[in-house]
Amino acid sequence: MMSNQQQRSFFFNVDWLTVLLYLVLCAIGWFNIRAAVYAPGHSSLIDTSTNYGKQFIFICASLVVAIVILLLESRFIAALAPAFYVIVLLLLILVLIIGRNVGGNQAWINMGGGFRLQPSEFAKLATCLLLARYLSGTNIRVTEPKSFMMAAGIIGLPMLLILRQPDMGSTLVFCSLIFVLYREGLSPYFLVIAGLFIALFVMALLYNPLYIILTLVAITALVVYWGRRNRKLITTMVIGLGICIAFIFSVKFIYSKVLKQHQTERINILLGITTDLRGEGYNVNQSKIAIGSGKLWGKGYLHGTQTQYSFVPAPSTDFIFCTIGEEWGFVGSITVIGLFMFLILRVIYIAERQRSPFTRVYAYGVASVLFFHVVINIGMTIGIVPVIGIPLPFISYGGSSLLNFTILLFVLIKLDSNRMGII
Amino acid sequence: MNKFFERRYVITGIFLVIIFTVLARLYYIQIVDDKYEIYANSNVRRTTILYPARGPILDRNGKILVQNEPIYDVMVNPKDVNRPFDTLLLCKMIGIDKEGFYKRFIKAQKQSPAKPFIFEKQLSVQLYAALQEKLFEFPGFSVVPRTIRTYPDSIAAQFLGFIGEVTDRDIKRSNGYYRLGDYIGVTGVEKAYETVLRGQRGVQVQMVDSKGVPKGSFANGALDTVPRSGERLTSSLDIELQRLGEKLMKNKLGSIVAIEPSSGEILCYVSSPTYDPNLMVGRQRGNNLAKMYNNPYKPFFIRPIQAQYPPGSSFKPLSALIALQEGIISPNEIFYCTGHYKAGNRYVPCNKGEAHGNVNMARAVAESCNGYFSMVFQRIVDRYGVKNTEANFKAWRNNVMKFGLGARLDLDMPAESRGNVPTPLYYDNIYHNGGWRSSTIVSLAIGQGELLATPLQLANLECIIANRGFFYKPHLIKAIGTENVIKKEYTEKNYVGIDSGYFEPVINGMQQVVENGTARRSKIPGIIMCGKTGTAQNPHGEDHSVFVAFAPRDNPKIAIAVVVENSGEGAHWAAPIASFIVEKYLTGKVTAREAGYTVDYFANANRLPDLALYAKDLAKERRRDSIRAAKIDSVRKFKTDSIKKAKADSIKKAKQETAGNNKAGSIISILTGRRAR
Repeated sequence: MMSNQQQRSFFFNVDWLTVLLYLVLCAIGWFNIRAAVYAPGHSSLIDTSTNYGKQFIFICASLVVAIVILLLESRFIAALAPAFYVIVLLLLILVLIIGRNVGGNQAWINMGGGFRLQPSEFAKLATCLLLARYLSGTNIRVTEPKSFMMAAGIIGLPMLLILRQPDMGSTLVFCSLIFVLYREGLSPYFLVIAGLFIALFVMALLYNPLYIILTLVAITALVVYWGRRNRKLITTMVIGLGICIAFIFSVKFIYSKVLKQHQTERINILLGITTDLRGEGYNVNQSKIAIGSGKLWGKGYLHGTQTQYSFVPAPSTDFIFCTIGEEWGFVGSITVIGLFMFLILRVIYIAERQRSPFTRVYAYGVASVLFFHVVINIGMTIGIVPVIGIPLPFISYGGSSLLNFTILLFVLIKLDSNRMGII
Repeated sequence: MNKFFERRYVITGIFLVIIFTVLARLYYIQIVDDKYEIYANSNVRRTTILYPARGPILDRNGKILVQNEPIYDVMVNPKDVNRPFDTLLLCKMIGIDKEGFYKRFIKAQKQSPAKPFIFEKQLSVQLYAALQEKLFEFPGFSVVPRTIRTYPDSIAAQFLGFIGEVTDRDIKRSNGYYRLGDYIGVTGVEKAYETVLRGQRGVQVQMVDSKGVPKGSFANGALDTVPRSGERLTSSLDIELQRLGEKLMKNKLGSIVAIEPSSGEILCYVSSPTYDPNLMVGRQRGNNLAKMYNNPYKPFFIRPIQAQYPPGSSFKPLSALIALQEGIISPNEIFYCTGHYKAGNRYVPCNKGEAHGNVNMARAVAESCNGYFSMVFQRIVDRYGVKNTEANFKAWRNNVMKFGLGARLDLDMPAESRGNVPTPLYYDNIYHNGGWRSSTIVSLAIGQGELLATPLQLANLECIIANRGFFYKPHLIKAIGTENVIKKEYTEKNYVGIDSGYFEPVINGMQQVVENGTARRSKIPGIIMCGKTGTAQNPHGEDHSVFVAFAPRDNPKIAIAVVVENSGEGAHWAAPIASFIVEKYLTGKVTAREAGYTVDYFANANRLPDLALYAKDLAKERRRDSIRAAKIDSVRKFKTDSIKKAKADSIKKAKQETAGNNKAGSIISILTGRRAR
């Protein structure tokens, strides 16, 4: 039956809605890259000396890769996952040795011909695949400590290597895979605790630790009083309180010793602890000005002053959303975010219609990585998350990024097209 | 499907909550908060002010007195100075040193890092040409074209005045019209007609990128306005006459004012010493200005309207006219002059003690008989008895003031002086409540005493006589703009309350002055000029030489007043100088006088007072002026006070005492104030 289907068409059972969303987002990306670097007089649309000319080539190349993926045998994908993972790990080690340093991150391997490869982009794909492969194995339960440790190891290994570059943004992307683990049975307390720690981190920076600790002690005391008959609760609460207090005190240490100076500054600016509109705060401020000045309908295509007159930094890569916000306004911003959410929810929908746990786990990996990129990238441009240099999927200028997200998505489409079969 | 199926909703829920947070934030910064739009505009907008050309000023025949010449200001926008460059080269090109460079740059940053600051002013076209080629090497620096004034003939400096940078006070007073570095008229016509001359500024709003490179006009030029040039002014001056006047007054202190009686237009307005108005523009302006201020002869003192002299004998025709109008005397009544006129217990000397004998009015004017006019004056003031001295004097004073003395003539120039015609209160204050008689103040009859008049007032007096009873307000700007708008007040006759028939005997006398009287050596061949010489007493040195005249006798075309300070009798210096001006205006050329004196003789004569002596005198004069001012002040104060009070003597006396105290106090304060400076 399976062979029959494949003989009918390579594109049998392909989820065309996802493909369409992909194409629309790529097109939006190309048009906005053009706007971001637009200079009157540059009439040629496909000029390889410009970013949008190059992006056009990247899009074409990505489409070729997408078709190739659709032509592949689905079972190879799962089978090759460990090998791919190992290759990526090797590349990540290689990049630390011979990599090119761009913007403080040793993240690129020169491929010649002006093109560069960013292994960390492909690490996301490889990790998702291997995680899917592992979690879909028989007798693997995330609820069991051993399996959990194994899964955490699969995610953690590339994180450690990327952190060495040190590319904080790409490292944090892997944290989003906690949603995958959660979907596969991880205790919801992990999410709660993760949320709690983020909240404590922010509060410890904003307020006097003493007040936070007093508040926590008060809450604990109330809970303990209310459930005073429950020994286990009391023990958990007291231990939890101890950990929280320890964490609060370690925040200052993390802040000053683990994080780089520019990272702490970015967080300070985000939280309004410091303002530095000429230094570290310049980028976010200009980015907010660009987006904010777009108002409801925007200034019109190619009429964005802030992006075109280079007030906004990196307008075609990390800050591409400024062009969208400025030239297309709130309406355009909502449209783009809506398209992303549509795509992500579609991926979750695809995930849940799978018989094969491999495809489901992989799909949740795709959804998590996409969501993390979208929220962090846009959030950074409007000043609600610290500046972390990660691209906006399909839209930001960059070959490695586009290629990686294309493969990420089309592997899913390929797997999904085979949803009736068994891998 | 597995048992954790329902967790998809939890994950979807978390995703949606987070994405709605992002959308809410977007809504806030894009829709709710307007500040980003303002910031975006301030990022990208650069407003350049386009300065209009100041209006040119022409003489009465359309010849240019002032025009504009292009110069270039170097501007810096500190925000845009974003890369290192060869500062030394820039310094060299605009002619400053490195220290000056940094000082200015810091000042510019202090003012505002985002606003253009005038870095160096008034580069010549040559410097600009060299700089322009290298300008791209200096980020943040730009050049703005402006215009400065040039004066092709270098004349009429006190009339034209000059422009200078606005002061903080100017900016405050203009309600924000002027900005730092703007120019404004400081003196002269530039100040008086500032609003007409300055035109209207324009703005050009450009878009710039983050490096300050212009990227085209903002909003398709919707915010741009075109500058409108200032209006052209046509002055009443005659360039030829002015040039001759300044030549004649070279190396002398004094002034010439000539007026066309039939219009009030001032033809010649010489204040000497003068200066080249071109010194007041350009980069050397500061130095020149300081030099000028330190010049003891005070070139910035606008003598035609600021200097006040006792009119001396030139006042006598006015005395005569009032007497005739009041019916005090008839033109043919004979007065016997003994050479000494006795008024009460004072003697007024006449004609150096030589008797004139029998004089009628015409002869009295022609020979300047002090006795005659003292007699006439006493008759007026004592007309209704000694008890009514004050009222009579007041009436006389009012008549005098109708001739434009003792008050500003509202010339269209700033800083005009009033002159002085003393009030009864002034004498009350000195001689205490009626302690003065006509004999006390008889020196007024011959233009001495406390009488003071500006050369402009004297010239206007001649206009009145020339017109037989009225004058037009003297003015220096004949018409405004290309449509030649004339102010209405300049077309109205001002009558002085003397019937025209009374003028003939006086004019007869004045004609005699030139025909065969004191000014006979200034007779112009073929022209009947009526004039009066005067000698204004100068307590610090030689008297001031005064001559007033109009010509021709019938249908007069020009009225003139000439004062040459420290030069003795009017006939010697002022009269011949006046005659040259009159002749030039009426015939277009000048000839030598009968005695052989030529223009060059007068032009080359040096009548400047000895510098050391003069400086000392000046200091004294200043002190005297301040005392007088204090006196006048206290008198005025007293007057306003006394009107309110009852006339009871005791109260009045008490008042006087306090007024006296005040007077003393204010004098002391002024004196000490001067010394402290």
